[in-house]
Amino acid sequence: MSINTAPAIDDARLSKFEESVQRGDAVEPRDWMPEAYRRHLIRQISQHAHSEVIGMQPEGNWITRAPSIRAKQILLAKIQDEGGHGLYLYSAAETLGISREEMIEQLQTGKAKYSNIFNYPTLTWADIGAIGWLVDGAAIVNQVSLQRTSYGPYSRAMVRICKEESFHQRQGYEIMATMMKGTPEQREMAQDAMNRWWWPSLMMFGPHDSDSPHSSDAFRWKIKRHSNDELRTKFIDKTVQQAEVIGLTIPDPELKWNEATGHYDHGEINWEEFYRVIQGNGQCNKQRIAHHKKAHNDGAWVRAAAEAYKVKQAVKNN
Amino acid sequence: MANINELKYTYSLRIADNAWILSHRLSEWCSNGPLLEEDLALTNIALDLIGRAQTFYNYAAQLEGKGKTADDLAYRRNERQYYNNLLAEMPNGNFADTIARQLLMSVYEYYFFMSLQNSKDETFAALAVKTLKEVKYHMAHAADWTVRLGDGTEESHEKAQQAIDNLWMYTGELFEADETDTALIAQGLGVDNPSLHSLWETHIKNVLEEATLRLPTADYMQTGGRKGVHTEHLGHMLGEMQYLQRAYPDAKW
Repeated sequence: MSINTAPAIDDARLSKFEESVQRGDAVEPRDWMPEAYRRHLIRQISQHAHSEVIGMQPEGNWITRAPSIRAKQILLAKIQDEGGHGLYLYSAAETLGISREEMIEQLQTGKAKYSNIFNYPTLTWADIGAIGWLVDGAAIVNQVSLQRTSYGPYSRAMVRICKEESFHQRQGYEIMATMMKGTPEQREMAQDAMNRWWWPSLMMFGPHDSDSPHSSDAFRWKIKRHSNDELRTKFIDKTVQQAEVIGLTIPDPELKWNEATGHYDHGEINWEEFYRVIQGNGQCNKQRIAHHKKAHNDGAWVRAAAEAYKVKQAVKNN
Repeated sequence: MANINELKYTYSLRIADNAWILSHRLSEWCSNGPLLEEDLALTNIALDLIGRAQTFYNYAAQLEGKGKTADDLAYRRNERQYYNNLLAEMPNGNFADTIARQLLMSVYEYYFFMSLQNSKDETFAALAVKTLKEVKYHMAHAADWTVRLGDGTEESHEKAQQAIDNLWMYTGELFEADETDTALIAQGLGVDNPSLHSLWETHIKNVLEEATLRLPTADYMQTGGRKGVHTEHLGHMLGEMQYLQRAYPDAKW
């Protein structure tokens, strides 16, 4: 709130805003919005953009070792899509009054987060399958829900992203399915990847609803349309069947169908691990940020050259 | 004297190898670009090249007629059996090195595929038409950046000049014609490489002039790629690229 604005005017704007959101109207960049709404969105959209960009690293780790022409082509195209998603999410966040440079700085200083899942390493080719199938599969469940989020630019970005993500998920599942039909070593590799990626994928939906710190405002403002636990359940329900079809075992002895709820019940998630990794103590946290910084710093002279050239051209044309 | 299919096989394989090896280098830029847009542009070019490699490997496999697949050709040969030009395998270096490599190669490819469009071999001609569309974009991208780097800051100017100078000795072999070339040229099937040299050099010279860069004068030219005699860099690349195919020879991916 600026010091010149009378609180009464702000109150009136706020109630108008709340009513409009309740009606289901989209909020657009030029509309008035409460600072907390703006901050929440900047945090969420930039985190989403950073996730796309940092996610390029664990997948990029296998591009030069992709085992067939087709596999290489598909993986590269997929990672390129992720980069593209990063770009339009950065643009969506910029409509809220933050620059890409500021967002990158927040990422590199640890002020902004990215999806915890990318702090896990990709150790074998099967991990590329697991990421596409499980990680993108989890992301889709979340993103489908966000297609109806109240902020217009974010919602439109999600619609576009969802189309591409479903292709990614099929790509990941296909890698796993092919390996499960392959040699014993391939099947072992696929199951091992499943064992390592299953639980971190469930953690992608965030803490249980009862422990979720950002939820209540986000629900009232319709930024968030479904709870963490609802989305997690949705993901588990569809994934268990997909695993069975290709002969993979879900690494959860407590997983069982619950007739009464019509959903699967699952074992306890290791929240200690979740918070530990979020706080910076995962296997790859430092590596991912160091990689991002290095590429950014190595490229500084290129960006400076492009800028210098632009200035020279502008002078010439005047 | 090799029969015509053997000659065309070798020819198709060479074109595919250039695309495959260069695409591998470009794909190494993924997540390492100086800005996100450029990360995407370089991997986009890599994707075009992978597609090109696949079609020319397919054609080579078909001409050979031994039931091999494009993947067999891409993944199951040894260092001395790859026939790409040395320029294609040169390491990425800094961004200026990559742009210089791309400029020198794309301009060559532009004239090469312009000529191959007229091949009496229908497949070569059709693939050349398709490839040319992509090459024009690759060439424009590389030329744009050459100008920005050359005429950007003092640092970028120096790096761009150094990059061109370093790679120059690998450009000579692009314009060689060996027995395979000569035999195919005689039948109107292949490209008369030596005749492209002056077109290429004029084109490069114009781009460099706009970029305030010098055309190198060094005249020593290293050759070997078409005979499968490579730089030390190729073996490392293949070791990485072929790892899964070699470690699990019975596996399908």
